[in-house]
Amino acid sequence: MSRTHVNCVINGDEIDFLTSDGESLLNALRDEVGLTGTKEGCGTGDCGACSVLLDGALVCSCLVFAPEAEGSTIVTVEGLADGDHLNTLQQTFLEGAALQCGVCTPGFLIAAQALLDKNPDPTETEVRYALAGNLCRCTGYDKIVRSVLDAATQMRETTGA
Amino acid sequence: MSIADDPATDAPGYKWVGSRPIRPDGFDKVTGRAKFGADHYLPGMLEGHTVRSPHAHARIVSIDTSAAERVPGVKAVVTGADFPAVEGDAMARNVPHNSIARDKVLYEGHLVAAVAATSREAAKAGAEAVVVEYEVLPHVLTAAEATAEGAPLLHDDMITNGIDPAPEQPSNIYQRNILARGDLDKGFADADVVVEREFITKPVHQGYIEPQACVADTTPDGHTTLWVSSQGHFAMRDFSAQVLGWDITRVKAIAAEIGGGFGGKTVTYLEPIAIKLSAKAGRPVKMVMTRAEVLKATGPTSGSRMRVKMGARGDGKFTAAEIVLEFEAGGYPGSPVMPAAMTCLAPYDLENFSVEGFDIVVNKPRSAAYRAPGGPISSFAVESVVDMVAEELGMDPIDLRLTNAAVEGTQAPYGPKLPRIGMVETLEAVRDHPHYSAQLGPNQGRGVATGFWFNAGMNSSVVVHVNPDGTATVVTGSPDIGGSRASMALFAAEELGIDMELIRPVVADTETVGFNDVTGGSRVTHATGAAVVEACRLIVADLRARAAKTWDVDIDEVEWVDGQAQKTDGSEAPLSLKDIAGKWDRSGGPISAAFTHNARGAGPAFSTQVCDVEVDPDTGVVTVVRYTTAQDAGRAIHPSYVEGQFQGGVVQGIGWALNEEYVYGDDGRLQNASFLDYRIPVTSDMPMIDTILVEVPNPAHPYGVRGVGEVGIVPPLAAVANAVYQATGKRFTELPINPIRILEATMGE
Amino acid sequence: MAVSVHFSAELRMLTGGIASLELDAATVRSLIRQLDERYPGIGERLTTTGMAIAIDGDIVADALFEDLPDGAEVHFLPALSGG
Repeated sequence: MSRTHVNCVINGDEIDFLTSDGESLLNALRDEVGLTGTKEGCGTGDCGACSVLLDGALVCSCLVFAPEAEGSTIVTVEGLADGDHLNTLQQTFLEGAALQCGVCTPGFLIAAQALLDKNPDPTETEVRYALAGNLCRCTGYDKIVRSVLDAATQMRETTGA
Repeated sequence: MSIADDPATDAPGYKWVGSRPIRPDGFDKVTGRAKFGADHYLPGMLEGHTVRSPHAHARIVSIDTSAAERVPGVKAVVTGADFPAVEGDAMARNVPHNSIARDKVLYEGHLVAAVAATSREAAKAGAEAVVVEYEVLPHVLTAAEATAEGAPLLHDDMITNGIDPAPEQPSNIYQRNILARGDLDKGFADADVVVEREFITKPVHQGYIEPQACVADTTPDGHTTLWVSSQGHFAMRDFSAQVLGWDITRVKAIAAEIGGGFGGKTVTYLEPIAIKLSAKAGRPVKMVMTRAEVLKATGPTSGSRMRVKMGARGDGKFTAAEIVLEFEAGGYPGSPVMPAAMTCLAPYDLENFSVEGFDIVVNKPRSAAYRAPGGPISSFAVESVVDMVAEELGMDPIDLRLTNAAVEGTQAPYGPKLPRIGMVETLEAVRDHPHYSAQLGPNQGRGVATGFWFNAGMNSSVVVHVNPDGTATVVTGSPDIGGSRASMALFAAEELGIDMELIRPVVADTETVGFNDVTGGSRVTHATGAAVVEACRLIVADLRARAAKTWDVDIDEVEWVDGQAQKTDGSEAPLSLKDIAGKWDRSGGPISAAFTHNARGAGPAFSTQVCDVEVDPDTGVVTVVRYTTAQDAGRAIHPSYVEGQFQGGVVQGIGWALNEEYVYGDDGRLQNASFLDYRIPVTSDMPMIDTILVEVPNPAHPYGVRGVGEVGIVPPLAAVANAVYQATGKRFTELPINPIRILEATMGE
Repeated sequence: MAVSVHFSAELRMLTGGIASLELDAATVRSLIRQLDERYPGIGERLTTTGMAIAIDGDIVADALFEDLPDGAEVHFLPALSGG
């Protein structure tokens, strides 16, 4: 079976991997690159657990063919922290108890990052709609929304915005 | 938060219990490092794929695997013939035959065969090459169909239990249960108001985000290591051994992180299959369910048909209740009809009642536990009728519940007298909350409901080690599904008197720690927590003894205060835990204590909730605009995660009330087997869920803990339905209350 | 050790309708043994079919060896776990 060679930048590192044409970016990230932080909850783009940033855009990696990643820049949950220094969202999620089982958390962190990259001062409603593509069955969303709003406040204070 | 803004402030002098530190496993879970079920990879690992029944009910005429075995890359194929035969009735067949069908398939999605191959594509191709010949049989999908005259039987040998004399003919009713007390006729004769209604609910799924997943690695000598995402790796070990006919010691189960369960991951599905494939192939095998498989073949909880009749005097006192519950068990018996019967009247002090329950098999997936199993279903019916009684009497619904509320010493409907409980406290907390008296807008309504759950004790085993540097390792066997490592570390910190950061809580495999029942029944903080407390107390006794020997005094002259041994007369400089631990090898050897616990006294929990909805008269869409829940936690060990349990249960309940249901076609196939069509609540559907933490300590736990995981899902179904009634004037007795039902009920007005 | 034993509506099918009685028993095991002498077959029902016991309102699973305090009120009920 012939395989396609894909070159891309993942979490700042130049990465190359082999994949089948029909394979999803999600499976390639997990099986070929070893980045298992990105989760599969449905495989049909309905739950957001596999969210990654692809050239800055929020996507469900289960709906992207792996070869489409050629030449792209990808951020996964493994790329959010700087070494042992968590980013603001990761920190507020922990302080705000925004996760219970934690399996949806990587997707929520990526989707929240995508929101705050575009809108550093979202309202609660804007947060709720920005995260509506990510399912969480444990928390009822309350503490997730609060933690994203907290992170936005802290990030604005840090940047002096 | 009218009861306690921060429970830590009114906790009795605790330093750690009641505080809100970052959870010990938090870093791994926000950085993608945490390994869930599907995240384990082994060298030479094969991928598994399943063959499932496309029919709701059929006899398996033959299975031909020869073509599948010839597919390149396929290394093993298993069918029911690879597993030992099962003696006994439908209940005995439940676990083994639900794991893999033998002569019959009983629902669409029933596992028939499985294939392991070198790639996902090859495994899928192999599965597609398995030829199964079916003789399709007529199916039954609801309690009404299953109990109709001449209904096709799922199990030819099933004679209803619980009827005297026993019926001579088999039926689809596995069991009849009855709870009864007092004199119904007298009770209804004393009533000034009688309300009677029938209710219908549909199966709903637990909806955990992580599909079932495991990796099995079986060696040629017949031992297997199983990495599994579950609510109890001991249960996965034991069920797998049962299905395989193996000794338990041949299965070592390692708890992966678990991505939600809500009861649905207390039973095996893939595990024995993956083990058998691995044994046949001589290589590790990973099996992961698709979402469609999760919805078609795991969970859900029962659909139901229920009739509730209640009577009350003019002053509000309930005089009688007569209830019939018919629950769909799915293909094998074991619906939660019994706990449903036991819970639905438990909030009330009632002299005359009868609750009759029927466990009925239908051609749908076998039901599995779902958060307070059965409680939300029967309480939806009872709490709706209570609301109707309040309206008939012109009474405030909370006052009506207070008039009838169970208190300490009330004889529960299931028999014993209730211990100290917080039913009244949750009612008063909601009544006194500003939400309850806030102004409603147009098209809005407010509903109240209350709920009860037993909570479970069951078995836990733990070991605590003190390390030479003054740290401690707390070893449990309870999978951490929502932050329990944090609670275990808080207990240990409080007891040992050292910083929580010095404590490492771990979830050990089945060979490393004694037996632990599943993380279910809201039991871990109660039972495993109490075991950790007791093990730490053994450690403290050991540390005091070592200090006493150091000072050459009697142990009674040594106290343990703030993590150090102090001589009662103050004549010696105190010895810290670290001081003593550092000299472990010169003071009696390793410092370690084990504690095994068959926990009793899991204090019952109550929750009272108030819900405001707004109903769009044009679209029929119901929006929950405000929600407040008051729940008795006994004592909140980590209040943030306790609130999280309250909120999570409420939102699952709102989904159940408004949108979630299994939709079947006439062909007996599930029509909405995806998260697109089985739509659970999303962020934009929900408001904030306000929590009122009520703390009526459980006298049977060293810190007063009551389980908090389950009861929160019991009231929302009726709270939402009662609010929709107030907003629309229409009483909805069938769930979900989706826009179609709303429009059907309100059109033509 | 006198204890009072209470039977659910279901168990009453095995006790000929008796709802409660008093017995001398120091442990659950001894209690069940005595009940089985009075109502043959009830012992098996109480020990093999997932029953739990409430002793003075406190529900205990796997309770065969539990001690019964004097004056205890004992109820047999189905074993429950939960989600």
